[in-house]
Amino acid sequence: MDFNLTTEQEALADSVRRLTERDYSFDRRRSIMDSEHGISADIWACMAELGWLGAGLSEEAGGFGGGAIENALIAEQLGRALVVEPFVANAVVGLQTLAALGEFEGRDRLVETIVSGQGKIVLAHNEADARGDTRHVETEARLQGQDWLITGAKSLVLGAPSADQILVSARTPEGVSLFLVDTGATGLTSNVYRLVDNSRVSDLRLEGVLGQLVGSEGGALAAIEAGIDHGIITLCSEAVGAMDTALFMTRDYLKTRKQFGQAIGDFQALQHRMADMLIELELARSLVFQGLSALVSPDVEVRRAGVSATKAFVSEAGLFVGRQSIQLHGGIGMTEEYAIGHYYRRLFVIAHLFGNADSHLARYGNLTWDH
Amino acid sequence: MDFTPDPELSRFREDVRTWIRASLPEDIRRRAWRDYHVDRDGIRRWMQILHAKGWSAPHWPKAYGGPGWTAIQNFVFHEELRLAGAPVLDRGALELAGPVIYTFGTQEQKDRFLPGMLTGDVWWAQGFSEPGSGSDLVSLTTRADYDAQTDEYVVNGTKLWTSDAQHADMMFALVRTDPQAKPQKGISFLMIDLRSQGVERRPIYTIDEGLSVNQFFFDDVRVPASNLIGEPGKGWTYAKFLLTNERTMSAEVPHSERDMVQLERIARQARKNGRPLIEDPAFRLKLARLSVEVKALKWAVLRVLHAEHGDSRLDAVASVLKIRGAELRQRTAELSAEALGDHGVAVVHDPDSHDHFKEDGLAPDIIEDGYGITHKCMYRRTTTIYGGSNEIQRNIIAKAILGL
Repeated sequence: MDFNLTTEQEALADSVRRLTERDYSFDRRRSIMDSEHGISADIWACMAELGWLGAGLSEEAGGFGGGAIENALIAEQLGRALVVEPFVANAVVGLQTLAALGEFEGRDRLVETIVSGQGKIVLAHNEADARGDTRHVETEARLQGQDWLITGAKSLVLGAPSADQILVSARTPEGVSLFLVDTGATGLTSNVYRLVDNSRVSDLRLEGVLGQLVGSEGGALAAIEAGIDHGIITLCSEAVGAMDTALFMTRDYLKTRKQFGQAIGDFQALQHRMADMLIELELARSLVFQGLSALVSPDVEVRRAGVSATKAFVSEAGLFVGRQSIQLHGGIGMTEEYAIGHYYRRLFVIAHLFGNADSHLARYGNLTWDH
Repeated sequence: MDFTPDPELSRFREDVRTWIRASLPEDIRRRAWRDYHVDRDGIRRWMQILHAKGWSAPHWPKAYGGPGWTAIQNFVFHEELRLAGAPVLDRGALELAGPVIYTFGTQEQKDRFLPGMLTGDVWWAQGFSEPGSGSDLVSLTTRADYDAQTDEYVVNGTKLWTSDAQHADMMFALVRTDPQAKPQKGISFLMIDLRSQGVERRPIYTIDEGLSVNQFFFDDVRVPASNLIGEPGKGWTYAKFLLTNERTMSAEVPHSERDMVQLERIARQARKNGRPLIEDPAFRLKLARLSVEVKALKWAVLRVLHAEHGDSRLDAVASVLKIRGAELRQRTAELSAEALGDHGVAVVHDPDSHDHFKEDGLAPDIIEDGYGITHKCMYRRTTTIYGGSNEIQRNIIAKAILGL
């Protein structure tokens, strides 16, 4: 076990930090959010060129030789700048699900598509009633002649509005399978909307949509769960980056804002609140390391329990730090133009994505005590 | 950064686990599992077994009788000790006084004091707090005046909240040797033989009906000058050294891991609507939340233990350990009492234990893991007070880490 960054890891984190500091100011972010698609083709091309989209994938699988640690390092910096690009949806969940499917015809091309930034491929697994339960799949696919036709609905699909292709999960006679679907396919309706953090997502309706089976029929669930677990830890690292930035932004505000003739940071009540925020932040960060360690466990149950522990804690810690950051700012923290509220908005969404704290505590409990 | 498992550490864990479980006498294990009060004779016997193996001072350097383990090996050893149900050793000696002596003491002092700590023959009490000096420790007023004619210090004053000191032979105390100097500069680190003339002890019973803490009164107690550690006036520096030296200990993670094991066992035995309580979704959620928090704290400790020496970025982590560690010890005890149901509010302690001032009115037929839980719950209110209260710790975070 080694908590120290290697030279390469340090360089990767530095390059993300440099790019976001240079090209992703709060104003730039606002103009990207207000643009037609709510994301930036330039930033995405830059991320691809710098190798971030394949940084978390082994060379054998078509990436640049890293793993979840590299994705976590990238995401932490993205979290600091509140980058809205669909990094987790494509370069983590989409890519890692494909990689975990094992060998199948055409896989290398799909991996290459994501890693090179030429195209976007995201996973559509979540359904409205799942509430974090990855085993909940009501969407079905039926074989008609040689064709798989998919019918059902997918909810809050990250990255779907900008995706070129979508990996749709569906129940088939043998279990849960994955299908590659073109976003222009007949029978597919995509309802695009914004989340409170301004990221764009879609609800998908599928009515007999033609899909190309990827991987073995009925054998996709393990790969989907591996991809999502990897995505959860990456997202938690992003949350830690956002929490850290919000906390120190608040600290700076407490040192400059004066009331009753003194800096409000002199008041012990506020100092102790800040200390409590720091405690949650550092424990959240510690659990991200724990999650990274769980992801390399050969035991799937150990991996899933470790990931759930991280998501449960980070979800709540993020909300706590986000809420208190606004509270300690007072009125200014409520304004649209000021950054701090946007950190809360992002942490609010992260707390929900891929299952909230309670759903992960339940999963953690089942994996830990049901045997 | 790399989180692939270390097979060597797994082997180490396996080795110490096997040895501890084979070597820990059953009566000592049972007593320690049921009660948190010190069992002096049991601990002395266990120390002798550990000492024969060379493991009685696990974090001491080899030169002073330690096994020469890394910080992480030492942590694993403590986890295995707690999980096996071994009693807590004399922490005042092993974690506080010992390191100060081998770091700042003379050769004569090392030769005189360290062997008794290693064998467990000499028990040590900590003399820091006073009635008027709690959080503001530097205001302490117990005096030690130097008598040049006899080369002795003459001690007058009182020390409060001395844990387990009813068993103690010696006290390592902070005393004021120079009343004229600035508060921090006038304090010295003095070893006081508690059998000296003029020493009086008053037991203080706590809200758990138990005896853990005491007050000591010193009336012209004469202490040889050779019992003063290091330089006069440097006591405050040494005290700060010993508190930061063992900062990861204050998280008490092995303790909380042990408590979670006991809590799980209670929750499997206790029943609700005819089913084991552990299957109840509402209880399961509380249990899971606590378990996750213990895991978070453990990983915070691992970060500190794996840090390269002097990595200042980790000061922030170290300072959160005590606060959350103390809170978790309270919460594990409280949820254990809750899990026990009716017996969770009843007075039930181990009939073989001592140091309780009332032995009547005990509830019958408690499950094995339920002994002492309710009292522990009461006594654990102390964890957020001792060792620098959690409020003082928050002050430290605000000032030292956040610069407020």
